[in-house]
Amino acid sequence: MSVLVFSSLLFAASVAAGLLGAMTGLGGGVVIVPVLALLFKVDIRYAIGASLVSVIATSSGAAIAYVREGLSNIRVGMFLEVATTLGAVVGAYLAAKISGHWIAIIFGIVLLYSAISSFRSNVDHLVPIQPGTLANKLELTGRYTTADGIQAYSAERVPFGFGLMFGAGTLSGLLGIGSGAVKVLAMDQVMRLPFKVSTTTSNFMIGVTAAASAGIYLSRGYIDPTIALSVMLGVLCGSLLGTRVLVRARVSMLKQIFAVVVVVLGIEMIYSGITGRI
Amino acid sequence: MRKPSDHELELSVAGMLRFGVSAAALVSTLGGLLYLRQPHASITRFQRFNAGGPGLRTISGIWQGAVHLDPRSIIQLGLVLLIATPIARVVFCVIGFARQRDRLYVLVSSIVLLVLLYSLSHGFQ
Repeated sequence: MSVLVFSSLLFAASVAAGLLGAMTGLGGGVVIVPVLALLFKVDIRYAIGASLVSVIATSSGAAIAYVREGLSNIRVGMFLEVATTLGAVVGAYLAAKISGHWIAIIFGIVLLYSAISSFRSNVDHLVPIQPGTLANKLELTGRYTTADGIQAYSAERVPFGFGLMFGAGTLSGLLGIGSGAVKVLAMDQVMRLPFKVSTTTSNFMIGVTAAASAGIYLSRGYIDPTIALSVMLGVLCGSLLGTRVLVRARVSMLKQIFAVVVVVLGIEMIYSGITGRI
Repeated sequence: MRKPSDHELELSVAGMLRFGVSAAALVSTLGGLLYLRQPHASITRFQRFNAGGPGLRTISGIWQGAVHLDPRSIIQLGLVLLIATPIARVVFCVIGFARQRDRLYVLVSSIVLLVLLYSLSHGFQ
């Protein structure tokens, strides 16, 4: 297979991953590594490097849309990025120490978790602002528009959320993913921020988290220009297209199909890790 | 000078991000087009990991290669621009919080910036 054919196939697969990822909210990055490793037989380190680069592109490219909605919280994001970036540096170091088999197994578990979490019902939390709390001292509060008018909200259980964010960063650095599912878990379930605020702030944070391990990946040679270019452009095109068609498509059906694909990829990753094929 | 609101700060950050991603995509696509015009080796090497030389792993090596119009170095230069985009975003936030006179968040965003620069410094060997 020539480089042109290989790159074109890679680009096409990445467009599909980005499109489905954006339309279903699961994120395109999460399927890129298994697709590259299982289908294209690319070494998992190149796959992780290419995925990380595509995660930076989609997160940064989509930021303008989230900002227009005015829902992301820049202070909550920046405060939690202290945890995710430190975690990402640790994750990038671990990636060199842990064998590819274990990375594949951990990846599989994260895929299964992402598929399950995409079906959780979104109950909107609304914690009132109280003076004297840690969240208030750290300015982890905000306002957003709901059906009942403008509501003020605050975060809760800040240390627990911060700790979980460190874990999300470690997974991001280890697996080359945005780990948006864990970030939303920390903000929505643990810190009880409103769901929309959690998802948009998570998207805003993903690029910075990924950049924290990208420098280490680059110096180790994980980022191969030929693979990373096709994947980055493909996922970027796919996800930009995905946010456009989002309003017109019947998402629930698509979401179920994509979740099944993610589950199958997750099981395949775990199986390949255990049998030593990755 | 008037203090910018959070939303104004976010809008300026988002504009910068869009510029960074566009510039990165443009530079690396240019490198990709140059690369496709060359006769190349078989692609089987992607199945086995090979860290490669400093030409693609250090910022100075990538720059040297790009100046000499090596296609893979030009692609890599675009990817370095992409990695630099979120870092520039954090710099924007440090400045924005400073203009808002929010000392706590100047400190918080400076810590994030230091972690990012630490990671990027690996590419400067």
